[in-house]
Parts: sequence; C-alpha cells; structure tokens
Amino acid sequence: MSAGTAVPLLDVKNLSVTFTTDAGPVTAVRSLSYQVQPGEILGIVGESGSGKTVSSLAIMELLPQTARVSGSVRFQGEELVGRSDKELSTIRGRKISMIFQDPLSALTPVYTVGDQIEEAILVHADHGGPGGQGGGSISRKAAKERAIDLLALVGIPNPRQRATAFPHEFSGGMRQRAMIAMAIANNPDLIIADEPTTALDVTIQAQILDVLRTAKQATGAAIILITHDLGVIAGFADRVAVMYAGKLVEAANVDDLFSRARMPYTLGLLGSIPRLDVGARQPLTPIEGNPPSLVDLPAGCPFVPRCPMRIDTCTDREPELQPLMASGDDHASACHRSDEIERLDMKSADVFRAPDLPALSTLSTLSTGSTPNEVPREQRKILLEVRDLVKEYPLTRGAILRRRIGTVHAVDGISFDIREGETLGLVGESGCGKTTTIIEILNLTRPSSGTIVVLGKDTATMTGAERFAIRRDLQVVFQDPMASLDPRLPIGDILAEPMHAHGVSPADRADRVRDLLRLVGLQPEHANRYPQAFSGGQRQRIGIARALALQPKVLVLDEPVSALDVSIRAGVINLLEHLKTALGLSYLFVAHDLSVVRHIADRVAVMYLGRIVEIGDVNEVFDRPAHPYTQALLSAIPLPDPRKERQRRRIVLQGDLPSPANPPSGCRFRTRCQKFAHELDDAARQRCTDESPALEDRTGSRDRLDACHYATQHSVL
Amino acid sequence: MTRFLLRRLIYLIVLVLVSTSVAYVLAATQLNPRSRYEGRNPPPPAEVVDAALNAVNMNDKAPLTARFGRWAGGVIRGDLGLTIENQPVNDELGRRMWVSLRLMLIGSILGSLLGVAAGAYGAVKQYRFSDHLLTVFSFVTLSIPIVVLAVLFKNAGIGLNNLLGFTGDTKLLYTTGEMTPGLAVWSWEGLTNRLSHLILPSLVLTAVAVAFYGRYQRNAMLDVLGSDFLRTAQAKGLRRTQALIKHGLRTALIPMATFFAYEFALLFVGATFTEKIFGWHGMGEYFVDSVTKNDVNSVAGVTLFVAVLVLIAGFLSDVAYAALDPRVRVS
Amino acid sequence: MTEPETEAASRGRLVLRRLLRQRLATVGFITVLLLFIAAYLSPFVGAWQYNELDINAFLTAPAGNHWFGTTQNGFDMFALTMRGMQKSLIIGLLGALLSTTLAAVVGAFSGYFAGALNTILLTLIDLLLVLPSFLIIAILSPTFRGKTWLIFVLLLAAFQWMITARIVRGMTLSLKEREFVQAARFMGVPGWRIIFRHILPNMSSLLIIDATVNVSSLILAEVGLSFFGFGVQPPDVSLGTLIGNYAGAALTYPWEFYFPAGFLVVLVLAINLVGDGLRDAFDPNAGIQAG
Repeated sequence: MSAGTAVPLLDVKNLSVTFTTDAGPVTAVRSLSYQVQPGEILGIVGESGSGKTVSSLAIMELLPQTARVSGSVRFQGEELVGRSDKELSTIRGRKISMIFQDPLSALTPVYTVGDQIEEAILVHADHGGPGGQGGGSISRKAAKERAIDLLALVGIPNPRQRATAFPHEFSGGMRQRAMIAMAIANNPDLIIADEPTTALDVTIQAQILDVLRTAKQATGAAIILITHDLGVIAGFADRVAVMYAGKLVEAANVDDLFSRARMPYTLGLLGSIPRLDVGARQPLTPIEGNPPSLVDLPAGCPFVPRCPMRIDTCTDREPELQPLMASGDDHASACHRSDEIERLDMKSADVFRAPDLPALSTLSTLSTGSTPNEVPREQRKILLEVRDLVKEYPLTRGAILRRRIGTVHAVDGISFDIREGETLGLVGESGCGKTTTIIEILNLTRPSSGTIVVLGKDTATMTGAERFAIRRDLQVVFQDPMASLDPRLPIGDILAEPMHAHGVSPADRADRVRDLLRLVGLQPEHANRYPQAFSGGQRQRIGIARALALQPKVLVLDEPVSALDVSIRAGVINLLEHLKTALGLSYLFVAHDLSVVRHIADRVAVMYLGRIVEIGDVNEVFDRPAHPYTQALLSAIPLPDPRKERQRRRIVLQGDLPSPANPPSGCRFRTRCQKFAHELDDAARQRCTDESPALEDRTGSRDRLDACHYATQHSVL
Repeated sequence: MTRFLLRRLIYLIVLVLVSTSVAYVLAATQLNPRSRYEGRNPPPPAEVVDAALNAVNMNDKAPLTARFGRWAGGVIRGDLGLTIENQPVNDELGRRMWVSLRLMLIGSILGSLLGVAAGAYGAVKQYRFSDHLLTVFSFVTLSIPIVVLAVLFKNAGIGLNNLLGFTGDTKLLYTTGEMTPGLAVWSWEGLTNRLSHLILPSLVLTAVAVAFYGRYQRNAMLDVLGSDFLRTAQAKGLRRTQALIKHGLRTALIPMATFFAYEFALLFVGATFTEKIFGWHGMGEYFVDSVTKNDVNSVAGVTLFVAVLVLIAGFLSDVAYAALDPRVRVS
Repeated sequence: MTEPETEAASRGRLVLRRLLRQRLATVGFITVLLLFIAAYLSPFVGAWQYNELDINAFLTAPAGNHWFGTTQNGFDMFALTMRGMQKSLIIGLLGALLSTTLAAVVGAFSGYFAGALNTILLTLIDLLLVLPSFLIIAILSPTFRGKTWLIFVLLLAAFQWMITARIVRGMTLSLKEREFVQAARFMGVPGWRIIFRHILPNMSSLLIIDATVNVSSLILAEVGLSFFGFGVQPPDVSLGTLIGNYAGAALTYPWEFYFPAGFLVVLVLAINLVGDGLRDAFDPNAGIQAG
C-alpha cells in the first residue's frame, strides 16, 4: 500500500456506539481505540454483549438506524465516520469486506450463489474495477467467469455448476466458502470476519480457517477476526484484543496474551476453558457472576463485581487501557493492578479459585445412598444399555399427499452402556445421530430395531405405568437454557412440575424446591421469579435443578454448556461434577465440544454418520486415538496455546458429511478419510468400500473398541 | 415441481366439488322454493305447483338424494340446471360473471401492483411523511365497511358531477349501471361511456386492495429490513436503497403470494356490495336475489362460481410462491 | 444514516412514534369503552326508545330531542343507532371470543397430536376456507330468521377461526420442539396438560391480538350480511341493518345514513387501534444487536 507502515491501515480512535432502546440508551461500544497494520491479523475476543460485533459493524457503518456512532475510524488515512451512504458504498466490498457469522441468513435466499458473487464484482465495476486489476469496467460475462474462479479458489468442487445453485442447496461450510469468495472478490485491503466459524462443526471450522488463510494469501489483506473462541485466536491471529462490556481491556501480541495476561478478566477467561490437551482433571476456575448490563454502567471498572482483585480505586475510577510499564512492547492492559500482576507474574489460578458448593448433608430432602466410586467398572450395575439401536426416518415429500422417497438412516446400529456412577460422553458433529440417540432413549418406546434397557427394563416390553415410573429415574438437561424453561411460569412452579406430575405432596414440593435451588447455587427466595430474571448460566442451573427434582439415577445432558459463554461455562461444569459425586449420578453427556467431554467424562463414544466409530476410556481415546475420524476430529480442535498451535500438523478432512439418506457403502467414513485417501493401496481401499468395519478391539488396550479395518493409534494433540 | 402443482390442483378441485355439494345440500334443505307459490290468490293446485317445482328440480317432496343426483349429474355435463323462473342457470351466470369479473380483475390487478409499490415505498421511507400517509390510509380504509366506502365514493362522484356542471344526462362519472342504455357497445361513445361508468366502482375495489396489500407489503418489507442478507448486500457495496429494492423487496414479495388467495375471496364480497350500490347486474346481485327467491340451483351455481374463483386464486398463489421462492422449487 | 442530523431526527421521530402509537391505542381503548357505555346507557338517557314512534316527526333532520333526526316512520335515529351499536358490539365481542377459543383449541390439538386427528382438522380447515362464508351464512339465514341472534353469532364465529387455527397450529409445531415442552413430556406430563399449561399460554399475545382483530372483522362481517338482510333480523336492529336500510337515503336524508355509518367506522377504527397498539406492545421489535 502507498501508505506504507507509517500510516496504519485502520486506525480506530475513541469509537463509541449507543443504541436508543426502550430501557434507555445502551452504550454497546465505549471509546474503543485500536490499529490494524497492512497484512496483519488482529483477533478480537469477547463474550456475547462485549461489543465486538457492534464495533466491527460500526467501522462499515452497517448498524441499524437506531445506533449513534461517535469517534473516529480512519481507513488508509481517510475518515469513515459520518460519510454518506453513497461514498461508503464505494469502499464497502471493495476496500473493506466482511464475512458474517451465519452464512445461511447472510445470503439472499432468492438469488443463486454465483449471481451474488457476480453482483459484488459488478457493483464496483464503475469504481475503477476490482482493486489491483487496473481500471475500466468489467463485463457481465467476465464477472461471471471471475465468480467461478473465486468459487474454485475457496475450494468449491464443480464451481461452474455450483454457481447456479441457491444458498439453501449449499451446506453450511459451502455457504461460508461462498461468503469468503464474495469478500475477496475485489481484492480488499481489509477483511472483517465476524465469528466466521461459530455456526460450523470443528472439522468444517478447520476447513474454513484454511480457506481464510488462502484468501489472505491471494489478496494480502489484513484480517480482523472476531470470535469468542480463544483456540481459534491462538492459531490464527498475530495480535489479540480482548473486549469486555464495550471496552478494550487488554491488547497484546498473541504469545504474550496467552502466556502473560495482565488483566484479571483475561486471566479468568484463560483459566475457565477446559483443555483438550490436559489429561488429568484440571481444576477450572470460573469467573463468578455475569457481565454487566450496558444500560446503566456504574462509574468504575465494569469487571469489579466479578473481580477477585478489586480494590477501592476500581469502583471509583475506570482504568484506561495503558501500555504495561515493565514490558516495552505493545502489550496494554486496562487494570489498576496490572503492574502488580506483572511483577508477581500471576496466573489464572493465583487470581481465581473454584467456589465451594453446598455440602449435601445440609439438604435433607435430596440425600441419597452411597456413591460407588471405588468399585471397578465391571462390577458396577448397568443403568442404561443400548444394543444395536437403529432409527430411521422416512424421507417424505409433498404437503398433502405425502409419499416416501427415501430413508434417513439417522442412527444405524449403535451399542453402548452406562454403569452406575459413570459419565459417558457421546460426541460427534451435527448430523452424526447423537441427538436422535438420546431422543430415542428418552421416548422410552420400542425402537425401529435394537433394544434399549433402562434400569433393567426393556423399553419394548414396558407398560405405560412402568414407563411413567422409569421417567423418575431418567431425566434430561437440555442445551438451550433460554428455551428449556417455560417463560410464563415462575421457577418455583417449573421446579415443582415434575414432582406434581409424579404425585409429590405440595408441602414436600415446596421444601424440595428450596433445597434444589440451594443445591445448584441459587437462593431459595428466587423461587417466585420468572426465568427472564436470570442469566444464561443461572437458567442452566435451574434446568439442572429441575432434572434433579425427582432424584433420578441417570441424567441425560444434551450439550448442557455449549450455549453458555466461556466464563459461565466453567461454573456449570464444576456444578455438574460436584453433583455427580455428591448424588452418585450417572451421566450420558452429549456434546460436540471435545474439550468439555475430556474434562467431565469417564468414557467417550465418537459417532460418525449414525455409527459409533470409537468408544473407550476417555484418556485412552484422546491421547491415542485409533480411528482416523477420531484423529481428524481431535486434530481439528484449536488449542488455546499459540506455541502448540504453530507446531501442530492439522488433519483437514475433505468435503462435507454425506447425506444420512444415502450413506456410502462399507465404511461410512471412507469418502472423507485421510487414511483412505493417502495411505492405503487399492486392494486395501476395496475392503473399506465393500465391508463395513465392526466395532471391535483392534488395539489390545483395556476398554477400547474402534471401527476401522486399519486402525493404528496415533497421537494428534 | 409441476407434479407438485398438479397434485395441488387436484386437491383444490376436490375441495371445490365438496364445498359446492355442501352448498347445494344446504340450499336445498334450507331454502323453500314452494313458498313462491304460497299465499297466491287463488292458490294454485298442488299438482301444478309440484309439476312446476319438479321441472326445475326443486320439489321438496322428492328425496334429497334424487334431487342432488339430478343436479350433480347435470353439473358433470356442464349444466347447472334451471333457475326458479325456468331459465338456464348457465345463461344467467354466463352473462353476469363478466360484469363482476371486470370489476374484480381491475381491482385486484391494479390494487396489488399499486399496493405492493406503496408498501415497499413506505417501508423504504419508514417513518417519513409518505410512510405515515400510507399507514393512515390503509388503516382507515380497512376500518370502513365496503358498503359505506361505496356509498361515499358514489356520493362524491355525484358531488363532483354537480360541481363541474354535469347535471344533464351526460355525466363525467356515472354512478348507476355499467353503461347508458341505447349506446352501441363498440362505438367510441359506447366505450368512453362504459369507462366513465367503470371508474368509481373500480376505484372502490382498488382502494381496498391497495390498503390491504400496502399494509402487508410494508410489514413484510420491515420484516426483512433487519435481515443479515441485506447487511451482506450493503457490505458488498450496494447502496441502502439498491439493497432494499434488489434484495429486500424481492424477498418480501414471497409472503405476498399467500395473501393473494385470501384477498381474492375478500374482493368477491367487496364486489357484491359495490355492484349493489352502483346498480350493476353482476354476480353479487344474482346471488342475493336467488337467496331471496329461494332459487336453489342459482344459489348452488353462484357458490360454484365463487369456489372456482377461490380455487384459481389459490392455485395462482401456489404458482406465484413457487416462482418467487427457490426454496420450495425442489426438483 | 447519511449525516448525524437526520440520524438524530429519525431517532427522535421513532421515539415520538412509539409514544404516539401507545397514545393512539389508549385513545382507541377509551373510545371503545365510551361507545360501549353510550350504547348501553342511551335507553336511560335518550328521549326516545328505539322501537318508539314519534308520529309528529317523520324524516326530520336532527333537532330538539331527536338528536340524530328521525326516520320515515318516525323512529328516533339516535335510539336506533345506539341500539344497533349494542348489537354490533355484543356480536363482535362474543363472536371473537368464540372464534379465538376455537382456533386456539383446534390449532393446538391438531399441532400437538399429529396423525389422523391432524389430517382431519386440516382438511376441515381447508374446506371451510374454500366455502364462501358469506354465501353459506346467507343460505342459512332463512333458518335462523325469527330465532335468536345467537345462532347468527355462532355462524359468524364458525367461519372466522380457520386462519388463526392454522397459525396456532404452526406455532404449536414449533413450540412442541422447544425444550421446555420436551422437558415436560419427558417428565411424564400428559399432552392435554402440556397444551393448556405450556403451549397456549406461550402464544397468549397472538391470541389476544387475534381476538381484538376478530372483534372488528366480525362487526364488519355483520354489517355486510345485515346489509342484504341476511344477518340480524327485524324487529331487532344492528348497525348493519341500519346502514342497509338507509344507504339509499345518504344523499337525500344524510342523517339516516351517516350517523350509523359514522359510529360504525369510529368503533371499528378504535378497535383496530387497540389491536395495533397491542401488537406493538407485545412485539416491541427493539433494535439492539448484542455483539
């Protein structure tokens, strides 16, 4: 760029964004300042509500009309704030382009993907052509060809044909590739990527991050990567800025931030993420409390209520973002005690500590029998047993006269069991059948094929009364804490509902509601509040309390922490672990986040396209995965450690998940298998194509089965 | 897709047949054609009355199944039976339906085009004067019964005529009938005369349709206003207005397709009132008269006509939906 | 968002508009209330009853104790209008209650319990939608002639609920997949109880708005049918029969037409304002985006 290094590519100074709402003005971004140099990758991390998305939309002036933007955004030396829509439209998409989080809603449903990329090229045709390609307008035909080239560049197979497809005909990963193609269509100087991989599965995330790297190489653009995922940042960014409550609280180069964080909030974040690469149960240090409401922020530091290091100054005066005295580099932090942290080189565990949970003995209505922790697995009772479970859905078409056009093999012959006091993690990406599996179990009806035995009772032969009685012992906690509580009922009624259904007397109900609330770390006085009055983490605690109301033996946990912010997540995970040992529960823990599973599970089952490909002791499977899919899955997960990330060799799977209506013959994973593609000879491949590998012990290790003809243990972390 | 539409069409035809049959049975059991001959002085002999009623298949002494069978048999052959005055229902329908259709087609086509345009404009200029004007217009128009609206338009027309001095036989805007009797239909005078008869009643129906579409189109536009894809379009470099029209309006048209069917049924009732107020001899008048005259076959005939209209509108809605939304256009 | 000034202005206008909207809804509500009181108090306040003849005043313009004038037969227009409004109001309110309840129950049950019941109810809805309600009620009008007007209300309601029932069904289908409903199901709570405890309360805003909108649609439907003599039957009067009887007199004896028509329009407008205000209140569409 002509500006060279003297003038930063993007210079944001005192940027503030205020929304007018019924509750009063909400300042979502508060005097934000940062710079981006040409070709640099800046990662912006923050939890929901931290202002990270709003600030990036403000740069493009793409906020709704209720937003008031002040401060300065200089791009290549030119001021952007206050420019007219017409002037900005010549910069948007040409000099600065954007990639959004949800690639389905971000593409117009009624135009083909090719047309939408073409439009991005043509709209700037009279602004001097795509940057870097010289002036002059571009013909429609040339634009079409360029759109196809771009689709090829971002890795879409058959780009010429796929360009004529509509967005709904693309998978999530493909749509995000198309968004990237659109973003780089005019060789921009800056690409803002707003949570580009959040809506995607990990193996697809790895693909998309690769495509982003390719895009950066092709255009030489700087990238602002906005995410909540510290792992993604660690492996991708050069510099990192941390946002909290609309403000920048720490900024540093990526290595410094992860190894020498100097703001308690950053330390808290780093301490609260479970690590995939740490085997023994590492203690998680949750940040207590919730992010502040932005409507009426108090004067001091917004992190004060949650900060274990707060002093009086913190409530009086909000700290400015200042360079750290001890370090001469560009490490800046907004904390009155940064220098102290620096001097003592404090780590997460020095600042935060795990909270105490109430001892069970104080809660008389909930105490149960002993906890059989010390007994070897083989001698413990089987509480839940699934054998050769099959679930098929008819694939129908037609609104009125439905007819069957195929079968979706959602779950295709899976077997596992859960013994007393044990947690089985069921992992896999979306579409693998894990949710279908638990719904089948929870329905307690006869499955299409196979058997489900709950507490010794086969669901196929169960009477209605037995089924009702079993529901007491088998309860569920759902993923979305917003959706799992009826917003029209006070939480006291919500907690009492299962007891009411199972005939617990009103007096006992009231007592137990109180105890349940204390058990999960809430106040008994909260019983007459409505769910809306609680934060996400608190609601999930209420959901857990409801599941425990009937003192069940088995708890099905369906992605219980994936909807929560990182800092809240650790608290709920700690609670679940505490409850498990205190109440002697068994968990079926369904998740796509392998780090969480490693943290909480005893055993793990990995699912792919309706089948279990590997099952066994969690440390065994994670440290020495034998199935290529398990290896690829573990390899795709970014670690919140920049040094490790740089050294890792990542296995990036090809393509998308095949349709469960039309799965590949033989081994279902073979179409994407790295081993099949690169290591096997034709004869060996033939076996994968013809013969479906059984789930059996091929590695000779204790408690471990896999479903690959050519399984070899191979550490990927 | 064609197969989907074909199946949809068959389903709709079945619904039409069932609903017309229900209407026939209701009319045959609830209306009393015999009353036409009651109270006459001298009372006609019972055999004569029965013979007259038998001739038009409306004798309540004949079993309902037999009457229905005879009627349905005729309908299948395309014969809707005889009116109580012994005239073919087909002729009466054939003559009158074009009168009503003319009004309804003008109302729905003009109304939907203007309404969609106005609604889209209102949404783009949200909270500006023109938007408020449209909102108030839609709101008030939809709160006025069409009868009252038609009377207001008629009186306004008469007032305008008087104001501009058209007090003689020649008027600027005619408020009664569809054409001055005695003029050659295809002459210049005939056509202009027809046109000035047509203006006021068409305006009534158009106003209602504009209010209806304008309101829903505006809401549909506002629904897509905050959508991610509009933001993407702007992020690409389209100006706000460009993005709103090319991406917003195009997408907001999709829900309009479903309203089309509902609106058409609404328009028939509207046309009925409008015809009545402006003295047109259309389907509305025919229906009202046939209920009053206990004319079972005519009532069933009109019901069939309306049901077929609703069917066509419903089918067109489906076609429009499929044409507008690629997501339902699965191969 | 071109320049700061217009931005501030449009925001100001937004706030003003919200205020105005709420105030319009309040005005609408008070108007409905006042009209209701007027309709039911007028027999005690007005000088004449609706079925009382003044043989000294035929077709007189508003004057003296005939505030709205008289008809050809010497009936008092004010008394007639108020009586008509009583009927229109009660028909609208009762019919709306019936039709919204029906829509809620049919929609929720057909959505929650898939299978045969669902198919039957959906076909019934389709059929009723194709049946022209106006024609069917007209055909049936000789039957309820001379009987209670409640049958008429029942018929009006019977043709009013289908579209709402479809919407309710759609919402039930999505609520059914919501986790709090699933949680209740996996606890062993029976289906009917889930419908009345979880599903219907969670669409109460839709149902309240629908009921309000139905009041005005039913009043308008009554006018249409009564206009042709297919609705409320003499000696009873409604705003519809009055408008039907005196539409021809609008130019010559305007008081006969414009008083009932005017009251009708004000009533419907006021109810629609309440409905619109409710919609706004339930769905404030506050445009904050968290980042």
